[in-house]
Amino acid sequence: MAAKSNLLNMALCLTLVCLFCAALLGGVYALTKEPIDNAAAAEAKAAIAQVLPEGGEISQALSAGGYEYYESRMDSVVNAYAVKTSTNGFGGLLTLMVGVLPDGTIYNTKVLSHSETPGLGAKCTSDARFMAQWKGFAAGKKLTVTKDGGDVDAITASTITSRAYAKAVEQARELVKSLQEE
Amino acid sequence: MAGRRFSLITKGFLKENPTFVLLLGMCPTLATTTSAINGLEMGLATLFVLVLSNIAISLIAPKVPDKVHIPVYIVVIATFVTVLQLLMQAFVPEVYRTLGLFIPLIVVNCIILGRAEAFAGKNGWLDSACDGLGIGLGFTVSLTVIGIIREILGNGSFFGWKFIQGDGILAFVMAPGAFLVLGYLMVIFNKIAKK
Repeated sequence: MAAKSNLLNMALCLTLVCLFCAALLGGVYALTKEPIDNAAAAEAKAAIAQVLPEGGEISQALSAGGYEYYESRMDSVVNAYAVKTSTNGFGGLLTLMVGVLPDGTIYNTKVLSHSETPGLGAKCTSDARFMAQWKGFAAGKKLTVTKDGGDVDAITASTITSRAYAKAVEQARELVKSLQEE
Repeated sequence: MAGRRFSLITKGFLKENPTFVLLLGMCPTLATTTSAINGLEMGLATLFVLVLSNIAISLIAPKVPDKVHIPVYIVVIATFVTVLQLLMQAFVPEVYRTLGLFIPLIVVNCIILGRAEAFAGKNGWLDSACDGLGIGLGFTVSLTVIGIIREILGNGSFFGWKFIQGDGILAFVMAPGAFLVLGYLMVIFNKIAKK
């Protein structure tokens, strides 16, 4: 059945198989690179638009204090910021896009990527009650979960994820505060 | 001949069901079946790799020296998995995001190397394709069934359609639920299969 092994045919066979596979992968990579980049860019753009008030003119990516952020201008006055923040969740980095109004009110939030437990922490992208509270989260409210004496309603059985989420929003709010003081 | 090929496809559902009879590919089975749709998607991804790797391996097997056949099979399987990963990222990024980590792990799924060793290395490409299709479909159906049950009990929904308000039985969404559902399904399955 299979050919008898000797050093030459073993080396030759492995080399040929690897060469062929590498060529195939290179080809597929070249073909899919553009759609993958487009999908990522479209997703980022959609996330920014989603956390900002409608109709504003969105700036290019800016950076301050180690964060990436975007300004939305209405009649050349900044009416909101979208800030990208990351914190450690339960299963790894939790990255958010947070829309903040100049007065510190949270406009909206969106999860860009996470590795939370499916069915538990991952609910931060689907739990209606948890997500709704971020819309118009007032500037004076404390960004910690109720268990820790704050004003954030945590997701059931996912306190660690909720804490991370609140912390990421807090970072965004702090950044906007410092931008306002400048 | 046609009848034999047909039985190659159908055996994956009952007699050689990879999940409930052969007990292969347990890692993705337990980890990705938190909902019906996740189970279905994982099954289809595995099916894709299995059929292609079975065909490729059955074609090259007679030429491969015996001592390096495992490395060669693994390279072939890993290539198809990476192709799948790139294609999913490009065209179905939503699905890729939910399955993420488990796509590259298809490489080490014992079902695929197992079929390469036990079947594709010794048979023609058409038979191997049928074998891959049969086992792959069996795997897909098994994962979907586990996913459906876990989703109903753990989340009160069916393919994302929520029919019970509020939280379900949390344990079924987590690892213990996966073992419980798998165990009970195995009991039922073996009872039926033995008749």
